[in-house]
Amino acid sequence: MTEQVKFYQVGSFAVGNRLLPLEVRSIQSDPGRSNALTSGHRACQGCGEALGARYAVDAAMRGADGKLVAVNATGCLEVFSTPYPETSWQMPWLHSLFGNAPAVAAGVAAALRAKGREDIRVLAQGGDGGTVDIGFGCLSGMFERNDDVLYVCYDNEGYMNTGVQRSGATPPTALTQTTQAVGESPGNPFGTGKDVPRIAMAHEIPYVATATVADLHDLEAKVTRAMQLRGARYIHVLVPCPLGWGSASQDTLKVARAATQSGLFPVFEAERGEVSAVSQIRRQVPVEDYLRLQSRFAHLFAPGREEARAKLQARADRNIERYGLIGPHTEALPGPAEDNPAEDSPHEEGTP
Amino acid sequence: MRLQIEGSQAVARAVAACRPHVICAYPISPQTHIVESLSRIVKSGDLPGCEFLNVESEFAAMSVAIGASAAGARAYTATASQGLLFMVEAVYNAAGLGLPIVMTVANRAIGAPINIWNDHTDSMSQRDSGWIQLYAETNQEAADLHVQAFRIAEELSLPVMVCMDGFILTHAVEEVDVPSTEQVDAWLPPFEPRQVLDPDEPVSIGAMVGPEAYTEVRYLGHLRQMQALELIPQVAADFEAHFGRSSGGLVRPYRLEADGKPVETVVVALGSVLGTIKDVVDERRANGESIGVLGITSFRPFPMDQVREALAGVRRVVVLEKAFSIGIGGIVSSNLRAALDGLPLEIRTVVAGLGGRPITIASLHAMLDRAVGEGGGLEPLEFLDLDHDLIARELARQQTGRRSGPAAENILKDLGAVRATPF
Repeated sequence: MTEQVKFYQVGSFAVGNRLLPLEVRSIQSDPGRSNALTSGHRACQGCGEALGARYAVDAAMRGADGKLVAVNATGCLEVFSTPYPETSWQMPWLHSLFGNAPAVAAGVAAALRAKGREDIRVLAQGGDGGTVDIGFGCLSGMFERNDDVLYVCYDNEGYMNTGVQRSGATPPTALTQTTQAVGESPGNPFGTGKDVPRIAMAHEIPYVATATVADLHDLEAKVTRAMQLRGARYIHVLVPCPLGWGSASQDTLKVARAATQSGLFPVFEAERGEVSAVSQIRRQVPVEDYLRLQSRFAHLFAPGREEARAKLQARADRNIERYGLIGPHTEALPGPAEDNPAEDSPHEEGTP
Repeated sequence: MRLQIEGSQAVARAVAACRPHVICAYPISPQTHIVESLSRIVKSGDLPGCEFLNVESEFAAMSVAIGASAAGARAYTATASQGLLFMVEAVYNAAGLGLPIVMTVANRAIGAPINIWNDHTDSMSQRDSGWIQLYAETNQEAADLHVQAFRIAEELSLPVMVCMDGFILTHAVEEVDVPSTEQVDAWLPPFEPRQVLDPDEPVSIGAMVGPEAYTEVRYLGHLRQMQALELIPQVAADFEAHFGRSSGGLVRPYRLEADGKPVETVVVALGSVLGTIKDVVDERRANGESIGVLGITSFRPFPMDQVREALAGVRRVVVLEKAFSIGIGGIVSSNLRAALDGLPLEIRTVVAGLGGRPITIASLHAMLDRAVGEGGGLEPLEFLDLDHDLIARELARQQTGRRSGPAAENILKDLGAVRATPF
């Protein structure tokens, strides 16, 4: 390894930075962190979900003064953390089914309320399949009842535990085992999929946020903010999956950062249905920089796929416009985003 | 307290008397009156320390109950028919996790064709789920069984399904001695969970178990049901000592002896139809026939020894069932056969009362006349009051061309109207 080690975290909010003043250090850098999802689990090398869950759960533990119960949907996080008879969870943890984590968590919250133990807080978590697809009815029910649950979705944009199949969170053009890179429009079709953070906002619940593992301090801060509130709260965390995305395991943070810095994955907070804060892009990158890091998009670089790439750039541009992702401190691409050549490409309709 | 009361209201009051911590509800006929009534009780402040959740599906209802029970709460829900089927994945999960949830099933048919009326197709479909299944004969028993169910469930860490016939019981108004909170407080111990989500003693519940231990975990579920065979009669006896009336237990023998000997014929059934059967049997006994009744209260666990003991020496058993396994026939009778293995008796299955078709005294007499008569008895599998002509006409329509259309709609057109009179 000849890669130069850079210490540019100094003065930033990057992870684990013990050179920062105590009060702004990450929870994960604290030797007294709860290690609720402790080491020794069976996640793949470079797993974004394991990383995201570690930060989210420890932040939630701190927000709950250590009195936290977790409910887990079936999925990678559940399987890699609890191979019988071992468990990585140093906290009360319940797994029931794939599609019912929000309802099970609502039941836990109701039980604690009935018993006057509202000092114990409830965290529910699942992957995108368990959240945006099979568990969606239960999730919406938990939202509309405003059950006192923080739900964290670790979104790796597909059913990775079952061997990489398409979910409602899989982006257009992505190769999965059920959206193969063959035919005239290879990969997942345009015009499909759902934007669950926005659907969550439509329930006007107290708190909705998005985050990625590229900015773990931001993830911690959002979990911390969510834990200050009561009622239904939702955090949607983009977690790259080296296996399913065909990215290098050491590139998990780089891929996640490219997702945010291209505008493909907007990072924001919303309270009671209104966007309250947005993480603006620091150094904008073209969508292609994000796509090139992942073999699931390799087919987009074959001859004649320029239009598909342009349509993906248009999706990013739409997010940039919708959330105001480019601001005075953004080091933007040459030319305003609105004038990007992708603008001339046909926009798909009804796509997030 | 003795009241003239609807079955659903009696059950709701009995459940409330058990002081559940969490009740989750999703409407489906004919169960809905139960949770409506509980909603009123909770909302009016008469059941402090209870949370009532209106959920978005039966799947969510059972899931909420799972979470609540795992957090140490006494959890209750009620459903029927399609609702029970919609929650099946969670039904099995609750049993596999060993969570002592109590659920009422207001028995109703399963579609298609959609039908809101009573039979046992719904709960019978869950006989292998790992839940204890108790079938109520009367509204008094339905109310009492719920009180017993919490005790059985919590002692064994197993969920209990109390099955009561939809409409026939749920919507019938009759006198019920409704268990009071004071009575239940003195009889039902507080819920002490075997496993609980507790930050002071964190445990992982619901871990993945591979081939190395899955069989053992499943076997324990079976073992607990075998323990229930001991516990259910004890709880029923203790209930009787405290409340002064007999309810529950494993089986209900009725007039199984004549002149000190086992009767020749026994009708076996579950649920409210036992009342009608007993009336029929009384009439036939009065005419000198050697006939009795065996009610099965606990279908899971299935009381093999008690059934065998009750039916030893009997010549003929007629199993009257409100459900059947398409492609083979009787469900209760197949279980019964296993219990009666090697005994020299004849077992006949009569499927009756599907989709709410009334089981009349006249029909039962006609069927039993044939069962005990000289004409060779009943076929191994029969359907009470089956309209053979109607079926023949539909089969003929299906012969006339490929696109004969939907069978159910054809039959309704053939009938001309939904028949309101008894068959």
